[in-house]
Amino acid sequence: MTKRIALTGNEAMALVMKQINPDVVAAYPITPQTEIVQIFSQFVADGEIDTEFVTVESEHSAMSAVIGASAAGARAMTATSANGLALMWEVVYIAASCRLPIVMAVVNRALSGPINIHCDHSDAMGMRDSGWIQLFGENAQEAYDNALMAVRIAEHKDVMLPVAVNMDGFIISHAVENIEIVANEDVRDFVGEYNPERYLLDVQNPITVGPVDLQDFYFEHKRQQVEAMKKAKNVIQKIADEFVNLTGRKYSFFEEYYLDDAEIALVAMGSAAGTAKAAIDELREQGIKVGLLKLRVFRPFPAEEIVRALSHIKVVGVMDRAESFNTMGGPLFSDMRSAMYDGEANVRMINIIYGLGGRDITVTDIKNIIQKVKDVNNTGKIENLVIHYGVRE
Amino acid sequence: MATPAKKPGWRDIPIGGRIEEAGNAHKYHVGGWRIRRPVWVKENCIHCLFCWVFCPDSAVEVHDGKMHGFDYNHCKGCGICAQECPAKDKAIEMRPEDVENKFDN
Ligand code: SF4
Ligand code: SF4
Repeated sequence: MTKRIALTGNEAMALVMKQINPDVVAAYPITPQTEIVQIFSQFVADGEIDTEFVTVESEHSAMSAVIGASAAGARAMTATSANGLALMWEVVYIAASCRLPIVMAVVNRALSGPINIHCDHSDAMGMRDSGWIQLFGENAQEAYDNALMAVRIAEHKDVMLPVAVNMDGFIISHAVENIEIVANEDVRDFVGEYNPERYLLDVQNPITVGPVDLQDFYFEHKRQQVEAMKKAKNVIQKIADEFVNLTGRKYSFFEEYYLDDAEIALVAMGSAAGTAKAAIDELREQGIKVGLLKLRVFRPFPAEEIVRALSHIKVVGVMDRAESFNTMGGPLFSDMRSAMYDGEANVRMINIIYGLGGRDITVTDIKNIIQKVKDVNNTGKIENLVIHYGVRE
Repeated sequence: MATPAKKPGWRDIPIGGRIEEAGNAHKYHVGGWRIRRPVWVKENCIHCLFCWVFCPDSAVEVHDGKMHGFDYNHCKGCGICAQECPAKDKAIEMRPEDVENKFDN
């Protein structure tokens, strides 16, 4: 039995964590994630679930505690944002390299400084190369769904990698939406029991976790992590296929919105994709052949599939909600261009950096951005490879 | 020093760097790190086993409650044993390492 209820993104995330009922959650509150752990800790305090909730004094400790729990053999989760995630950095890498299937909600927020509590993707991009799988959702429904699938992806024996479930701070985390909730027993059946192959508390088969691994083995372990990322692609698709049977909601590496017959297209992640759809709906009515590729899986980067989906497009505008300061565009743009470089098709690309520090992005803004993409298509000239859209001159 | 055996490739090792076999630290020979070696001066030894207690690498060999010398495969040469040896005329001397001959002898 599914039901529809009105929830904020944070409430939806706390609820799905309750339904998953992990063995251990260790978390520290940070805006705009605070509500997740606040609501979740209330569930624990009220005895609604039996999760061991560890209150810690920092995010570094939160990640360390879930690493310890996961290594011990527990299903472990946490949640964070922005500078809290940055404070976890060191241990975030250790979670991935120890191959611990931790699931973490990341409520995306700009990294300081100057201090800013609003949405952009600089926190997620900071953990980009840490070896975590990174999923992005457009709204609270997708954040909820991604969290459910994340548990299965992370724990799949071919993967054994931690997964970050991203949702845009405030825009998704604090806005109320009507979302469809999976029934408790269906969640339980879907995520199943976690039975790790090897774990610390298995006294019959003792293991050591996190030993020194110098010149002679470190490189081999990194290579294994790459392999797990490659295999994660199959697993992500397989679990999405199971999920559609459960909920009717269809997921893949990305969503194609009016891409089939599009001449120009945008690529976006997170809530801006929803805004882009509204803009595209309007422009389509005017006969403008524009589409959207909404990326859901950022790591592993589904390069081949993206190339296939965009091969017929003439100009693509890649929207980045983070800077990388390489002066050649944002992190998504770098991956997109790298993916397309070897493609047969002659797709041209520009980068639109938008929405940093929570700067609003409206349907009108997206239409302006699409106009810039259209200009490149009309003139055949790229005047500005990287546009910082919405910045005051 | 013996040539190390060819090590396994990335497909053949446990994931995550975990060690799936208990007690295998014994196989890891740290003798190659040593720049000074403890040498046992048998006549001065009172067999108090302080060296055995303090050695962080279990590299002091003891049989039947008596000190017997060092396991040079696992002695990294830290000198703690020599420092802690309470014998009046120290029963452990730290000598410069013979680089040709670091391991068992
Ligand atoms: S030198 Fe250090 S490692 Fe070697 S036997 Fe003495 S205490 Fe142990
Ligand atoms: S500490 Fe010194 S005296 Fe005591 S057993 Fe060791 S070598 Fe002998």
